[in-house]
Amino acid sequence: MTVVEESPRQDIPGVPVRIGQARGGPPRSQVLRRDNWRLQPILVAAGLLVFIGYSTWAALRNGDFYAGHLGRDYLSPYYSPCLTHSCTTAGYVWGGWSWWRISPAWLILVFPGAFRTTCYYYRKSYYRSFWLSPPACAVADAGSTNPGGVRSRYTGETLFPLILQNVHRFTWYFAVIFAGILTWDAIAAFRFPNGIGLGVGTLLFVAQAVLIWAYTLGCHACRHLCGGGLKRLSKAPVRHFFWKHVSTPLNHHHQLFAWCSLISIMVTDLYVWLVASGTIHDPRII
Amino acid sequence: MSVPTEPRTAGAVAGNGTAGAGAPAPHGTSATADATGPRQLHLQLWRGDADGGGFVDYEVPALEGEVVLDVVHRIQAEHAPDLAVRWNCKAGKCGSCSAEINGKPRLMCMTRMSTLDTSQTITVSPMRAFPVMRDLVTDVSYNFVVAARIPPFTPGPPEPDGTYRMAQVDVDRGQEMRKCIECFLCQNVCHVIRDHEDNKPHYAGPRFFARLAELEMHPLDTLDRRRLVSEQLGLGLCNITKCCTEVCPEGIHITDNAIIPLKERVVDARYDPVAWLGRKLLRRPRPAPASAVAVDLPVARGAHDPTIDGRSDPAVLGRNGRRSDG
Ligand code: SF4
Ligand code: SF4
Ligand code: FES
Ligand code: FES
Repeated sequence: MTVVEESPRQDIPGVPVRIGQARGGPPRSQVLRRDNWRLQPILVAAGLLVFIGYSTWAALRNGDFYAGHLGRDYLSPYYSPCLTHSCTTAGYVWGGWSWWRISPAWLILVFPGAFRTTCYYYRKSYYRSFWLSPPACAVADAGSTNPGGVRSRYTGETLFPLILQNVHRFTWYFAVIFAGILTWDAIAAFRFPNGIGLGVGTLLFVAQAVLIWAYTLGCHACRHLCGGGLKRLSKAPVRHFFWKHVSTPLNHHHQLFAWCSLISIMVTDLYVWLVASGTIHDPRII
Repeated sequence: MSVPTEPRTAGAVAGNGTAGAGAPAPHGTSATADATGPRQLHLQLWRGDADGGGFVDYEVPALEGEVVLDVVHRIQAEHAPDLAVRWNCKAGKCGSCSAEINGKPRLMCMTRMSTLDTSQTITVSPMRAFPVMRDLVTDVSYNFVVAARIPPFTPGPPEPDGTYRMAQVDVDRGQEMRKCIECFLCQNVCHVIRDHEDNKPHYAGPRFFARLAELEMHPLDTLDRRRLVSEQLGLGLCNITKCCTEVCPEGIHITDNAIIPLKERVVDARYDPVAWLGRKLLRRPRPAPASAVAVDLPVARGAHDPTIDGRSDPAVLGRNGRRSDG
């Protein structure tokens, strides 16, 4: 076998890209799809709006996010790590930032917020559901059928601000830290005043930590780091192992874990709020 | 695949899983299950050429076990001998019969009539992203222009015994991309060019991102195509909305296993200061950049030669009013 030094295809004439000719089928504004293609973007938009709405309320609440005073070491994920108050029993090294005036949730939410905003799955979901680019496959982009209109040109993720999506891997580094913090919260949720116990809340915290890890380790940036970026996986057995047995299988269900982890965060916060505000009593199982 | 040719009764078709058999049909004809004769299928096929066209209605009896291409062929044989339709293998392997069936990009030969709601009119139209030549046949040469711009597989020198060796795990990823039958349904559904044709001169499209990913992941290849793919072939235009993956008849995970890994590799090359610092400090050998190769490929000039027709059209200019490359 010899090394190719010259393209063997030098004698093939080029073919022009033809633009502006009559293209296939009826006018582009006409949607021929018969199925209910609107349903999915509407459901996704509704789900994301519920989450944004709930998170805003949870962040503005700035209270009833820790149930330590009721004998439950439950700290809401929106307020973890505990910054402004001292969540004594949780044993945090920091806390008590009395100089921070507004809700600490805003400070915390920046990190998972940036992680999820630049996540390849969420990008797909909001480009489709909110930006309608495209709303569904084989349905024209919003504005594209109006030549010369504001949205007739499409630049994808090549210009500011969308070019910033390329920072996703850096948000992933922080997401790993946050997954660690939520794991710590799940462990702390086993602590009861008289030793180790298990409440309904404990189960929610464990589920949350598991789902967050499943989402974080299935991230495409993680998959790239594990081994996706290598030319020869066989030369890096450890990375190949993580790539093949951890990151790739989780990545396959990334959409599922994106939603499940999102829901578990809301449910856990809601539960902590209900317990911490004294609305319900957390039943102890063991 | 055996395709029975004798007409069956409508009852038999309904029993075969046809949805909606027995519902009222358009055009005033009865599609009700009738023990005395075969049910009628109602189709609208796009007829026309570069000067325009429209849907034309056809009615043929329903037969059991047919795919859309069979029905189109029957229409061609019985009603419209001048109907243009491209096909070759009838087995989902040649990638010729791509079209849009009820608005969804699919292979005509792999779409069973029993999966469609035959109580309603079925539309078959040509791929919307490409210029129409005639009826259901489109001019897909854009794809071959892009293919020619991709620097080919370039292995390094062989091992001392004159051979090359690679491990199976190293080629597994690329082998998924090799399943491609070049039906160009993914290129057709990709909104970057389907809805914004002016992107064509600087966009490779999902099929060729799959090809580029395959080359980039190839254990023996020595070229670095990352700048080429991001600066000249428009990887950043893809917004990973996954329609290519949805329509691929070979089930290739184009977005997850080709485009996103490529995007991550481009981040390594262009946007990651940590990776940059690592390269500087560790003095890793850098593979040869491929952009020079791509520009030098004579065949690649076709699409960018100002003397070729269409190049004086402002629509052919690059995104920012410039030509898409030098
Ligand atoms: S994922 Fe990217 S390449 Fe695939 S159809 Fe969508 S925009 Fe096009
Ligand atoms: S990647 Fe799939 S959809 Fe695209 S050309 Fe190949 S087989 Fe067809
Ligand atoms: S978290 Fe979804 S791709 Fe990274
Ligand atoms: S005829 Fe070959 S793929 Fe359909």
